[in-house]
Amino acid sequence: MTQQVFAYIIHKAGVADDTALEMIAAARKLDPDASVAAVIAGDGTELDSVCNELVSSFNEVWKIDNEALAYVNAEVLRSLLVRILPTDGIVLVPHEHFGMDLAPGLSIKLDAAYLPDAVDFDGVEDGNLKAVREEYTGQVSTHVHCDISQGAVITVRPGSFKADESKSAAGKIVDKTAEAMEGALPAGARRFLEIVEAEVGDVDITKSDILVSVGRGIEDEDNLEIIFDLAKAMGADVSCSRPIVDAKWLEKSRQVGTSGQTVKPKVYMALGISGAFQHVGGIKGAPFIIAINKNPKAPIFQVADVGIVDDILDFIPELTDRINEMKG
Amino acid sequence: MEILVCIKRAPDTSENEIEVNRDGTDIERDDLVYSVNEWDNYAVEEAIQIRDKMGGSVTVVSVGDEDDEEVIRREMAMGADHGILLSDEPFKGSDGRGISAILKAEVEKKKYDLILTGAQADDGAGQVGGMLAAMLDWPYASLVNFIDVVDDKKIKVGREIAGGNQEMHEINLPCVLSIQTGINEPRYVGIRGIRKVASLEIPVHTAADLGIAPESVGESGARTKRLDYFVPDLGEGAEILEGSTEEITDKLLELLKAKGGIK
Amino acid sequence: MEAALISPAKATVLGIPTVIFSLVIPLVGIGIFAYIIALRLKPLVKASPDPRLGRLPDRFLKMLKYAVGQYRHPRYKDAGIIHILLFAGFMILSLRSITLVLLGISDGYLLPGMDGTLGHIYAILKDYAGTFILAACLAAMYRRIIIKPERYAVPAKYGKEHTWEALLVLMLIMGLVTCDIIFEGSLAAAQIQSGLEPEVMGPMSGTWLAAHTLRFAPVDLLQNLHLGAYFSHELIFFFFLCFLPMGKHFHVITSLPNVFLMKLDKGTIKPVQWGVDDDQLDELESFGVKKFEDFTWKHMLDFYSCADCGRCSDNCPANAVGRPLSPRFISIKCRDYSFKSYPLKDKPVDGQPFIGNVLEEDEIWSCTTCGACEEECPLFIEYIDKIVDVRRGLVDDGLVPQSLQKPLNALEKRGNPYGKMEKKRADWTKDLPEDVTVKILKKKETADTLYFVDSITSYDDRIQEIGRATARVLTEAGIDFGILGPAERDSGHEVRRFGEEMLFQDLRDRNTDAIVNTGVDHIVTADPHTFNALKHDYKDVPPVAHISQTLTQCIKSGKLRLKPVEDPSKIYTYHDPCYLGRHNNLYDDPRVVIDAIPGIHRVEMAANCRDRSFCCGGGGLMLFYEPIEEKRMGQVRVEMAKAAGADVIVTACPFCMVNIEDAIKTSGLEGEMDAIDLVELIDRHMIPTNNVSI
Repeated sequence: MTQQVFAYIIHKAGVADDTALEMIAAARKLDPDASVAAVIAGDGTELDSVCNELVSSFNEVWKIDNEALAYVNAEVLRSLLVRILPTDGIVLVPHEHFGMDLAPGLSIKLDAAYLPDAVDFDGVEDGNLKAVREEYTGQVSTHVHCDISQGAVITVRPGSFKADESKSAAGKIVDKTAEAMEGALPAGARRFLEIVEAEVGDVDITKSDILVSVGRGIEDEDNLEIIFDLAKAMGADVSCSRPIVDAKWLEKSRQVGTSGQTVKPKVYMALGISGAFQHVGGIKGAPFIIAINKNPKAPIFQVADVGIVDDILDFIPELTDRINEMKG
Repeated sequence: MEILVCIKRAPDTSENEIEVNRDGTDIERDDLVYSVNEWDNYAVEEAIQIRDKMGGSVTVVSVGDEDDEEVIRREMAMGADHGILLSDEPFKGSDGRGISAILKAEVEKKKYDLILTGAQADDGAGQVGGMLAAMLDWPYASLVNFIDVVDDKKIKVGREIAGGNQEMHEINLPCVLSIQTGINEPRYVGIRGIRKVASLEIPVHTAADLGIAPESVGESGARTKRLDYFVPDLGEGAEILEGSTEEITDKLLELLKAKGGIK
Repeated sequence: MEAALISPAKATVLGIPTVIFSLVIPLVGIGIFAYIIALRLKPLVKASPDPRLGRLPDRFLKMLKYAVGQYRHPRYKDAGIIHILLFAGFMILSLRSITLVLLGISDGYLLPGMDGTLGHIYAILKDYAGTFILAACLAAMYRRIIIKPERYAVPAKYGKEHTWEALLVLMLIMGLVTCDIIFEGSLAAAQIQSGLEPEVMGPMSGTWLAAHTLRFAPVDLLQNLHLGAYFSHELIFFFFLCFLPMGKHFHVITSLPNVFLMKLDKGTIKPVQWGVDDDQLDELESFGVKKFEDFTWKHMLDFYSCADCGRCSDNCPANAVGRPLSPRFISIKCRDYSFKSYPLKDKPVDGQPFIGNVLEEDEIWSCTTCGACEEECPLFIEYIDKIVDVRRGLVDDGLVPQSLQKPLNALEKRGNPYGKMEKKRADWTKDLPEDVTVKILKKKETADTLYFVDSITSYDDRIQEIGRATARVLTEAGIDFGILGPAERDSGHEVRRFGEEMLFQDLRDRNTDAIVNTGVDHIVTADPHTFNALKHDYKDVPPVAHISQTLTQCIKSGKLRLKPVEDPSKIYTYHDPCYLGRHNNLYDDPRVVIDAIPGIHRVEMAANCRDRSFCCGGGGLMLFYEPIEEKRMGQVRVEMAKAAGADVIVTACPFCMVNIEDAIKTSGLEGEMDAIDLVELIDRHMIPTNNVSI
């Protein structure tokens, strides 16, 4: 494959997102010999700080530096990227809220193929990339062929490629600002206003060491008591998956996941949680994960270290009693 | 406001496991029941609420075949004013770009102010909305969980981003939005509602009606194609604790203590 | 005979003959009264139809028993006795009231037949009636002012206390009686003074005491008292008459008709609209009650008839656990809305927002249809049909709580609220011992009896055990039975009661076809909701029995023999399920069955058993609803069992089992309290013959 590979880098407060190094790993899996350029947009010193970090992992770091990009608006960025990216390039974008905003339209503007939410690559043959995707919330997987010979935009599921921390590249920073901004900023059909922060709950689970996390297996709001009792016995905080928040049984600030909080505990108990990637995606730092679920086929057992197949409604009260006994 | 909502028919997966069929070409469909894709349903409800406030009409459109008529009709029973089915042999096997091109051709037949899609469907792609917007050169916002119509030229939207936060934008009309679940509480549609719309006409538009070259869509036009379905080799995964409940609890307590899980 | 005092018919005051007042006051009073009644009838004329004149003899007897006989009143003893006294007093004094009015026009008037012995007997009777009415009123006032029973309290969100209305009426009644006592007593005193023979007075009655107190009073005073008391009585009487239709005392007028017109068919639900057949329903513009005039005329009469006694809400389990439902206030709010919409002076106010305003959605969805309110109401006010009608309106407009939409959609697509596959409906039979076979009834497989399993028993892991126990017991009893298997759909019992009538009819029609195709002669079920549905909601299906009835027969006939109770130290109590007990009067059979186990020790939850059983929390769709409440009904019930000294609760309904087992866990009583189904209990204690190995 002769096309250049690009990886869009998400960053915040001068630090690259975890997905940055995952993109490198994905790119290398796609084509071990390809030249990979990081593409990053932002403003000033924070942008520079990230660029300096990235040069050790990417062959090139293409930056677009402008104060209008202090908070990156996908609609604006797309028009700028079209100006600097070659139409036959392979562009990797993380499949999260920014990527979902940017990537589909980008593929149209570049007239490139589109492959969303890839979890693995399985080689390129005759200009066709074979990749793996999931469907039906991870219950089944599919192999797909994507004709990348004329270029492609590929969104990569965060966490599916292990971050490449080798820092074996010696890239250079290429300032693409002038080229991108040629002819001024595109008309702002979508204008960023502000971020509305989630209401602060009574507990900040992002700082918790031990989390007892509850999912749909709890069945009923009134059963939550057994979870809180366990958490108390363990000295842990209570967190949950999305369905619990959707049902309004717990506040949003307790939700672990890609649209909720990112947590880094030492020990994580996943109780009655199926293990959809949106939830698991919120768990960072490789904690010791214990999963209890009455469905032996639940995807959570793939990511957990230890698993127990049982109904949490039966198991948890007994566990709590034993812990309290033990503590005396 | 003239609103178009792109909808799709999807299997009901809540209680029932999705399995790969014997030769891996599809999922096992014999016992499946279908309804409208959950995200699309939220989008239709949102469209109806906007129409009730601002006036205008809501049209639902789907790319598919006669099986998809029932979901179009269901959304009309919910309150959509019109339904359109885009159906033709050449459409089959389209990838996301193909579907978007077909929809674009339909959009251009009438003047719409707002197009809504669901944020994703069961294939988890979430691509049609963004592609359609780019093809039309209209602004786009995905994962929308809040809409406020400012006037007939612009609206304010909120997007769901990480950490439970919301990204607020102002966006010009006409635009395309993909709608996230939880934006509203969809109303109930019962048998009676569906019976009431049973005899309403749902026009079917073909490639010829839309002026689409058959080679540009369908399987022949697709750059991304699904090869098969499979269940991955699960590999190691968790160590499942065995034994009596007491034995399991004992082991678990040991591990918790060792890993610092009990303060 | 010379009169001791000048009568009101003959007197003059300030030169005006008082007979004019005796004519004017009644005429004006009756005129105003007639106007108010006509106004009150206005909405009833616009209301939905409601046929209530069938089975007249039955209605008449029930009216005698419940309205005249006040049969339900002693369920609250103190208030019951007071009310019976007041009511009896009113009945007796009704003749006196008529006489009094006419006395003011025609001197010495007596009703036909009252001029002889009968008249004297009546005179004594009325004296005592008046006296015990006074005593009852004083007792009632004491209760209202000092004791203040909780059920009369008005929660802040419903407005101000209603005590003033009760006290006002009590004082009006006391006024009436007192005026009569003084009227009569003053005349008797004057007659005694002038040596004339007074009318017979009951010794120690109020009249008697008044006469003897006034014996030595000057004639002028007696004359003034006589006339004063009379016209005071006139004014109070006609004021009271016009006051009746203005508030809760409308029940004084409407009680007998309301009871006469009561709903005779317990356990049924009214059709969407009387007079519209199922196959005409598609033509209706709108389903259910969305505005006040959508109620039937009888339901409106119910609102008028509410005596604000609070007995319904006092027994309402939803109310007890803090849900936003109080049946009493449904009646009062709707009555007040009706009064406001059809005001005395101005034109009727049309199209005011009703649902979401007068009645709130949460209030309406909170009802488990347990029937405790209807069982209690002395006026036979109906609540379930009204709530179902309002739910029908909400469903018609798509306003169904999100938590109920999923099970409803699943019921439509899969025939069960869990969304599980139809083909797995009979999977519960797989875990049975070899010698227990459950036939799936089809063309080639027939049986005498159909065991209608229904959804929860088919699909819920825990409740499947009740299904298996039922299969074993039926086999042991030698009953030839089968099930519908994958052809069975949910009975739809709660679907109908939650207002989704068309989905209910769809389920009912499919099931009816499947049942009829099997050719069975009998149906048996272990689920009271199913039992009630097949008995009352379905037509043209074979007769249905609840398993407790079947078990009673089998035990009595010796087909089932029971060994002594496993653990004699356990104390059992039986929880009456709403749809077996209250709705179907099946209280005894389950008790007979339990008591047939030798050595079993059973206690009653005395204050809350039989028709006062406390709902477990509800079944069917209610299991999916997420109410706003302070506590769960199941927890309250489990506490009652504990207070009765029991350590095992026997249920006869799968939903009761789910709610009670859940409540045992959440109350922290695991290990102290157990729950077992009636069939499971028998299954454990059957002495096997050759039919089944345990």
